[in-house]
Amino acid sequence: MVTLSARGTNWEVLKPILFQSIGQTLQMVLVTLVVGGFLGLILGVVLYGTRPGNLLENAVVYRILDTLVNIIRPIPFIIFLAAMQPLTIAVVGTSIGTTAAMFPMIIMCTVATSRLVEQNLVPVDAGIIEAARAMGASRLTIIRTVLIPEALAPLILAYAFLFIGVLDMSAMAGYIGGGGLGNFAIAYGYQKFDSVVTWTAVIIMIILVQVVQGIANALAKRILKRQR
Amino acid sequence: MSESADGEAIIELDHVVKEFRKGRGSAVRAVDDVSLRINRGDIFGIIGYSGAGKSTLVRMINGLERATSGTVRVLGSDITTLSESKLRPVRQKIGMIFQQFNLFSTKTVAENIAYPLQLDHWRKDYQQRRVQELLDFVGLAAYADSYPSQLSGGQKQRVGIARALATNPDILLADEATSALDPDTTIEVLALLKRVNEQLGITIVLITHQMNVVQQIANRVAVMSAGTVVEGGDVYDVFAAPQQSVTRRFIATALPGVPDEARIGAMREQWPGRLVTVLIRQKEVQAQQGVISASGQDISDLIAKHEVNSSLLFGGIDTVNGVAIGAITYEFTGEEDLVQAFLNDLARNSDIADFGTAQDPVPYAQAIVPVSNNTYGDKQLSDVDEGALTEAAEQQCECQAEK
Repeated sequence: MVTLSARGTNWEVLKPILFQSIGQTLQMVLVTLVVGGFLGLILGVVLYGTRPGNLLENAVVYRILDTLVNIIRPIPFIIFLAAMQPLTIAVVGTSIGTTAAMFPMIIMCTVATSRLVEQNLVPVDAGIIEAARAMGASRLTIIRTVLIPEALAPLILAYAFLFIGVLDMSAMAGYIGGGGLGNFAIAYGYQKFDSVVTWTAVIIMIILVQVVQGIANALAKRILKRQR
Repeated sequence: MSESADGEAIIELDHVVKEFRKGRGSAVRAVDDVSLRINRGDIFGIIGYSGAGKSTLVRMINGLERATSGTVRVLGSDITTLSESKLRPVRQKIGMIFQQFNLFSTKTVAENIAYPLQLDHWRKDYQQRRVQELLDFVGLAAYADSYPSQLSGGQKQRVGIARALATNPDILLADEATSALDPDTTIEVLALLKRVNEQLGITIVLITHQMNVVQQIANRVAVMSAGTVVEGGDVYDVFAAPQQSVTRRFIATALPGVPDEARIGAMREQWPGRLVTVLIRQKEVQAQQGVISASGQDISDLIAKHEVNSSLLFGGIDTVNGVAIGAITYEFTGEEDLVQAFLNDLARNSDIADFGTAQDPVPYAQAIVPVSNNTYGDKQLSDVDEGALTEAAEQQCECQAEK
């Protein structure tokens, strides 16, 4: 039996669910990006700094963090979500719902951010760092006022890239009752054979990504124009 | 090494060694037992080929590199014992400029210059006033709001200098500061550095591989090779009587010197008379082997007195630290006895190389002997010397023994 949305898409019912889903997605993505992005920035700076020859050079710390990041990063998020369940219960108190989904998202986002931050700090000219040291700047001051500003344009683009990754993660939150646009597309579109609903969710996500990427590109371009 | 004891020492390096670990166990000695004294007000040139250890040496003066052993005293404090945070106030008294300028690319010219002032917690209006002062001093007032990428190399280095001077340092370290600049811009930046030294009384330590840079502004020089200082002293003395072949090679790049064998051969074809090279030294020189007297100062009088014919063929004279130095090659013609009498007279007060006439030539290696120890020479000449001192290690041993 083929039922192609026999009764048509009932937007009366779906509209509030859609808005709720958009809200959930935005909540998950923004909280994850802000918290995970910030923790990832710190972890990334530590990864960069502890590299041989850098400001905070420490081979042991670098080796440990590097290995940790390498272990976590390749785990597919949907499996990570399941694997993290005991820890999520311990920290959040529950393993279902939007908040429960955000905990593993933040961890994965932190790890992914750290690598992106590290990679974008490596090309910063060591001579500029040395100049700041020669002026008597402390390490923390150098990181804050020289290192990060010098790498700002690629960092902004890296965060736009992360936004897309986090949006991707948020789509899987539905598996643990986290809701969101991904869940909306699967539960009300795919599983009910209603491709209009599925595509509605897809288009909203495309628009979100386009807006974020557009802003990031514009910002990065403005900074790069000064630098080059 | 001739070290003038007068003047207040602002930087003193005592048996400084810097080793870099390379893999397991093995270490490379970048700086090997260097002792150096730099006085307040000096423009002190440190010259050497890349890899000679001069960049490492200069970085030990502001503690960017830590000495493996030995002591580095700067402005009265032993910085080898200071922690990174205790070093900070010392570093604010030492400005530094770089080959690649190392300006902050996301900050404007004014922000770049203000950066060390922010580190020093200056009040905002004081910062602005100081930045304006510095922009005027380096002649870039119109570029305050430009970004470094919009400036030429020379302008970038002037911003670097302004930034390095912001906190009124006593010392300015210049690490190959002109090596990335074209000759015109180099002259412009050197003139600015000279002004920094003369008007602001700032001691400058200048790392370079360009001898003409040392010649133009330094008053004292140290020559580095393979991690050690092989020679040093008053710039004029080193130029006039270099002891090491590495020094001679450097000086030959800055001054036209004694003609090499091929050039003598070429000149011989056109000028068959007596070819003679006369060294020019306007004043006597303090060298390791003792005082070397001035040379070539009475040549015009002698030519007039002896009535020999002379043609000026080759050479050059320049000033080092305001004193003339050079070498000039003449062809002398006339009655053989008269020419010989003239040369005998000339040789009394001058160092000369007599290459003989086309009919009766003197072999190059033999002719060059009387001047070879007292000149900067050229490639050919230093090769002759290298025969005598084949191993670089041998040279260093000798030099250390003399120290």
